[in-house]
Amino acid sequence: MRIIVPIKQVPNTNDVKIDPKTGTLIREGVDSIVNPEDLNAIEAALELRERLGGEVIALSMGPPQAADALKEVVAMGADEAYLLTDRALAGADTLATAYCLSRAITKLGDFDLIVCGRQAIDGDTAQVGPQMAEFLKVPQVTYACKLDVVEDSVVVERHLEDGFETVKARMPALVTVMREANRPRYPSMAGIRRACTEDVVHRWVATDFDAEPWRIGFDGSPTWVKRTFTPPPKAPGKRLEGTPRDVAKDLLKTFTEKNLL
Amino acid sequence: MQFELTNEQKMIQEAARDFAQKEIAPVAAELDREEKFPAEIVKKLGELGFMGMTIPTEYGGGGMDTLSYVLAVEQVAKACASTAIIMSVNNSLVCYPLYEFGTEEQKKKYLPQLASGQKLGAFSLTEPNAGSDAGNQQTTAVLQGDNYVINGTKIFVTGGNMADYIIMTASTDKSKGSRGVTAFIVDTKWPGFKVGSLEHKLGIRAASTAELVLTDMKVPKENVLGTPGEGYKIALRALDGARVGVSAQALGIAQAAFEVAVRYSKQRQQFGKFISEFQAIQWMIADMAVSIEAARLLVYKSAFVKDTKKYFSKEAAMAKLFASEMASDVTSKAIQIHGGYGYTRDYPVERNYRDARITQIYEGTSEVQKLVIAATVLKEFAQ
Amino acid sequence: MGVVIIAEKCTGCKLCVASCPYAAIDMVANVATLNDKCTDCCACLDSCKVGAIVFEGTRRARETVDLSQFRDVWVVAEQRDAALLRVSRELLGKGRDLAGTRGHRLCSVLMGAGVRHLADDLFEHGADVVYLAEAEELERYRTGPYSRVLSELIVEHRPEIVIFGATTIGRDLAPRVANRIQTGLTADCTKLDVDPETGALLQTRPAFGGNIMATILCPRNRPQMATVRPGVMTLPERTPGRRGELIEKQVKLRKADLSTEIVKIVRGERRHVNLEEARVIVAGGRGLGGPENFALIEELAALLGGEVGASRAAVDSGWIDSSHQVGQTGKTVRPKLYIACGISGAIQHLAGMQSAELIVSVNKDPDAPIHRIADFAVAGDLKKVVPALIEELKSKAAGAAA
Repeated sequence: MRIIVPIKQVPNTNDVKIDPKTGTLIREGVDSIVNPEDLNAIEAALELRERLGGEVIALSMGPPQAADALKEVVAMGADEAYLLTDRALAGADTLATAYCLSRAITKLGDFDLIVCGRQAIDGDTAQVGPQMAEFLKVPQVTYACKLDVVEDSVVVERHLEDGFETVKARMPALVTVMREANRPRYPSMAGIRRACTEDVVHRWVATDFDAEPWRIGFDGSPTWVKRTFTPPPKAPGKRLEGTPRDVAKDLLKTFTEKNLL
Repeated sequence: MQFELTNEQKMIQEAARDFAQKEIAPVAAELDREEKFPAEIVKKLGELGFMGMTIPTEYGGGGMDTLSYVLAVEQVAKACASTAIIMSVNNSLVCYPLYEFGTEEQKKKYLPQLASGQKLGAFSLTEPNAGSDAGNQQTTAVLQGDNYVINGTKIFVTGGNMADYIIMTASTDKSKGSRGVTAFIVDTKWPGFKVGSLEHKLGIRAASTAELVLTDMKVPKENVLGTPGEGYKIALRALDGARVGVSAQALGIAQAAFEVAVRYSKQRQQFGKFISEFQAIQWMIADMAVSIEAARLLVYKSAFVKDTKKYFSKEAAMAKLFASEMASDVTSKAIQIHGGYGYTRDYPVERNYRDARITQIYEGTSEVQKLVIAATVLKEFAQ
Repeated sequence: MGVVIIAEKCTGCKLCVASCPYAAIDMVANVATLNDKCTDCCACLDSCKVGAIVFEGTRRARETVDLSQFRDVWVVAEQRDAALLRVSRELLGKGRDLAGTRGHRLCSVLMGAGVRHLADDLFEHGADVVYLAEAEELERYRTGPYSRVLSELIVEHRPEIVIFGATTIGRDLAPRVANRIQTGLTADCTKLDVDPETGALLQTRPAFGGNIMATILCPRNRPQMATVRPGVMTLPERTPGRRGELIEKQVKLRKADLSTEIVKIVRGERRHVNLEEARVIVAGGRGLGGPENFALIEELAALLGGEVGASRAAVDSGWIDSSHQVGQTGKTVRPKLYIACGISGAIQHLAGMQSAELIVSVNKDPDAPIHRIADFAVAGDLKKVVPALIEELKSKAAGAAA
């Protein structure tokens, strides 16, 4: 099995706080982490490798410091890591990002499976996975909460709003996993040593993976951010006083008025 | 001078923080309440390499430096002081002396299991009448053929009821006093080894504290650690290292209480203001922040000196003395900031306060640390 | 300028023919040749293993696409087991506004097997045109067949705007199609506006767990594509008997479209908690004191027809499964009603639920941050307040039945 796991370094949005006075985002002191569901993807890939042999290759696109994210997954057990880092890649939307990752994957050679996290916590788009699958012309299965390899196919339990379905896709294929899929392992001492003592992260600039200049970065992105703003604060709430029964009656009245029952 | 951690140290700190916050912190209050030994957690720590961090990889250890170890203990202690001391004992008082004083066969036999957490180690020096005066060992080991026969009672053995192997001291020649003390590697499955009563303690309640009763326990000669009569020296050397571990534990406890208290001060309102806006609270916060930082510098420095292979007794004693006194003070202030809530079990500062207290006592009381520091200083001024 | 095939290099392998969404490549004398359907979308470039297809010129040169040849607003209807999803009707309501502003038609795409009858539902909720694609292979959603049919339809009819429900199906299909036709896509929009003159779609969506909002544009490509969260747009009034034009689409699939199969499908089984779609969520936190008190939460949730949520503290304590977790590391929810019981309101929890329409907090700590974002704050013991609420609900139900 040759498994590719694209990952993203994201700000830990858990730490993101809002300045109560200005209503803007405080980004200082916010750690960069590996996107949580990407860790589930790494875990899924490592479990498959342990069972079926092969290798797990982590791939990321981002600024030079995104190498830290790749080191972390190497410490968890990934065999190799590649970072696509080039100023020309800046400003990429999901399509331009998926383009670069797919070009790099093509450059890396044949693969059996690509496992991604369902979505990243900074953007929540869930688009890069399917867009890579389209670039690479391989089947995709998204929202996986369980996956297994049976002969030449990947069998995935796919989460739906009202149940689940089991989908079988011929490999090579791309799967996006949810946090329910597994519990990511922690980096081990041996893994950390490997991540730090060797130059494990290979850095590629756009020409290293044959990216066409007009398809990358801002120029290659069909969508642009026009503006960002903080959502307006809600009207102040109301305190309900009295006995539990009074409170319950008050609440029920409101629920009825708002047609919530 | 360099105050920046290396990439490797940062990754270890992060890995330890992540594990401690996700796997240990959620159950720490329950472990404390139930006096429950965290066997599962310790096993997982071992699998990740946290139980023999500074032991070279060829013996199954993590191959890390002492500062990495200190960073990890600090993070674990922030979540649960009991787990931190179990980790510290196995690293500093079991793996370290085995590596430093063990024969090649002993190292090959015991270290891989102990450093990987498959087996748990304990350290047993203290006796009812040999506390600070640890050289006064009443437990005896008498050579009979190829075996030593050990008789006596040891107390206050952290994890003594859970351990697979114990580094234990006994007197092989009472006439020589502390120079007649020998260290042994004891397998707890051997006949004659019995766990006596367990202590019920103020703090670190999840780290069991056992009495060990030894009745004609036969220990093969090849299980002597170091040479006969070297036991007291081995114990002191191990304790120097353990003091670094305990100082990191104290640091973690204090840091935990400090963070909770600062957050609380920014949520709690009295007299129509957040209490963090009152100068009385701000002064406490400032004092806590400074003393934690000062302790951290001492603790990290002692780890650094240990790694230079220089004599580090003084640095370890200073770090342990200062960090443990600091932890008691900081956790007490953390309760003060919480007011009545801080005195209840609803908030973790109550546990932090109880846990901090032991750090002034074990691996040498604060008074013993002062003796060590003074003796070294006076020696430095020798004519 | 544009996509060029270097005939000397072409080996006649036909991979590019399969890759073209516009059927713009023909084989002439065993050499790939572009016909006039080529839009310079470049989808074929990666398919060529011998480098015989190149794009000459710059991106800017490629942006000569005449945006005015695209018109109409499309809503991709979603059906499961031949029943229309509520979100599709919601989107028709929004689509009607957008189409009205532009003076365009509102069209809907309906794919499935035995779903013809749903067209009337779409007409009655505002569609002027319904493109119907029926085939056995479309009975259940699969990425391959659906993306084939939809991208062909888009290429044929050139809509200006295409919107999808941000469901597990919409979010699987939309990116695949957007890439095939090489246009922009914006996920999980909560607000859509269109410029009446230029047709530019202003797509507003939350980012950073709802801490900031971003307005996204797709200035140089058409159609402009977006997915929209369920429950955000208002359900339009139904006009019984309203009809429109039904256009049937011939379904022709390729082998590559059928590389997945559905082995099993289980509906309604509460395998996973459906917090994202829930109208009502009752959530418990550390203040419950233990797993046993989740029974209270469950009972209240059941009476309100809602789901059970939990804070990270409750999940980390092992009181309830992580699939119930609401917050930054859990699910982001937008119910009509969110009742937080014994939850202090750590910032990461708030990030996951603060866009709920009505928030009720029950926490005995009067200073708990949750009270500050609540519409109704109850500084009381949940073990008393929740049972009182349950009792009131029961007696109300009994009263209604009598």
